[in-house]
Amino acid sequence: MIDFQIVTAESPSQAAQLASGSQTAQQGADIRFVAGGTTLIDLMKLDVEAPKKVIDINRLDLAKVEKQPDGTLRVGALVRNADLAHDPNVVRDYPVLSQALLSGASAQLRNMATTGGNLLQRTRCMYFRDLAFTDCNKRIPGSGCAAMGGLNRTHAILGTSDHCIATHPSDMAVAMMALEAVVHVNGASGERDIPLADFYLLPGTTPQNENVLKPGDLITYVTLPAPIPNAKSHYLKLRDRASYEFALASAAVIVATDGGPSGGKITHSRVALGGVATRPWRSHEAERALDGKPANEAHFRAAAEAALRDAKPQSGNKYKIELAKRCIVRALTTATAQA
Amino acid sequence: MSESKSSNTVLPPEISANDDTPKPKNGFTRRTILSGIGAAGIAVTASPVFAATSVIVDTELVEQSAPPAGTILVSLTINGKTHALNIEPRVTLLDCLRENLDLTGTKKGCDHGQCGACTVHINGRRVNSCLTFAAMHRGDEITTIEGIGQPGNLHAMQAAFIEHDGFQCWYCTSGQIMSAVALLKEPWGPEDKDVKEAMAGNICRCGAYPNIIAAVQQVRGNGGSKA
Repeated sequence: MIDFQIVTAESPSQAAQLASGSQTAQQGADIRFVAGGTTLIDLMKLDVEAPKKVIDINRLDLAKVEKQPDGTLRVGALVRNADLAHDPNVVRDYPVLSQALLSGASAQLRNMATTGGNLLQRTRCMYFRDLAFTDCNKRIPGSGCAAMGGLNRTHAILGTSDHCIATHPSDMAVAMMALEAVVHVNGASGERDIPLADFYLLPGTTPQNENVLKPGDLITYVTLPAPIPNAKSHYLKLRDRASYEFALASAAVIVATDGGPSGGKITHSRVALGGVATRPWRSHEAERALDGKPANEAHFRAAAEAALRDAKPQSGNKYKIELAKRCIVRALTTATAQA
Repeated sequence: MSESKSSNTVLPPEISANDDTPKPKNGFTRRTILSGIGAAGIAVTASPVFAATSVIVDTELVEQSAPPAGTILVSLTINGKTHALNIEPRVTLLDCLRENLDLTGTKKGCDHGQCGACTVHINGRRVNSCLTFAAMHRGDEITTIEGIGQPGNLHAMQAAFIEHDGFQCWYCTSGQIMSAVALLKEPWGPEDKDVKEAMAGNICRCGAYPNIIAAVQQVRGNGGSKA
């Protein structure tokens, strides 16, 4: 790890101002915020990240979860994953988020990792993480992609491009995609709201750019819209180990029905996928296949087929197409079977 | 900082005023011998980044002079004792504990937050000390295995690990115990499977898991939270 300067930020606006001189807020940033450190410090040890200045934002007053008068829930960027998972509002109104958080990492890491940092979690692509590989378009734009001809069992099948097939690793962000969260940013030029649906970029020809953040942009809060009335939800994560492992495929589903016989008809659905895409993946295709339909396995399967219709497998991850489909069906079955 | 002038000054371990760790009569331990070899015998090998540039300082001197180039002054509270150090920003809490403060009970396994050997408590919560910079912890209450219990005055979890043989090689054990002590205050279910999930961030390559679970469950049953 090359050495760097560390500065403690006293306010969000000061933090934004301190970071505004960075050339980019994406891969290669020369100024980085550090909160939990679980991604950044890991990547700094690998020399994948080498900021010249690190701004410690842990003293900022952004660690509260607050129910708002309009029914939304405002989650501070520094709320630790463990605290968010066990927050009474989240457990009661957004159980899919609590489940997603508790399925991720270890108890130690959940005590460290923050809400804002988790949104910015970096891919686990081994070629991105290992400087011995000189062909990684995400690290070195234009250098190629070692994963496409290499070991790509864990890589993405949705949202890929000819330049990058790296999987977004977050569980929390998948649940937040289903919940239609909004990201609040304090930037060098003021504050703004970014729907999470618009936050992540597809890799395209510039996989080094993963989101819309600009130099100086500090995530301050995430807002969860008021819960969908009478909705049931579930987060299902499928992986190589039962615990402490990244998803091969995961699904966050939220389903509301009209309460009719045999499970009733679906009035409102949300489907988001993890472990299979280059960003936390919302499947409007699956939702269109569900809305207005009876809540039964035939329609769950149709939704799963719709969600994976455009999937593009690599040499080692064709299995993920069927795995993701079954993940969706199982998650919907589990969610709708709840009392 | 005023009260730190006497008791908080970091002394070399051999003259530390309140170090009651038993020492061999000849004054040598495996660590002091290996450390000596490290300093003199293998100096040509790549040394850890912190060894050459991090300095343990007397707080009185610090107050009179600027930190050495490339270092910053950090005051850390560890096991109830405050230490003032000049360290590079890149020194992790784990390396600071082991290399600067000689608190070597905390172990370095993977150094990437995957194995749990480096688990310590910060403000009562368990964290991986390898994935955080020491400079980020001014004012925090840090507890290491040395602050949990000592020979002759073991924490109930340490005693339970011994009773249930919750180890073989010992390398992961301090991290296991720090995790296990922390989980007593966390909202886990009462079953063995809950303990397995709670302890998933601590890897034991000897495979002492059944005995570790037995130790943890014994302590939980003896007053630990089952909620």
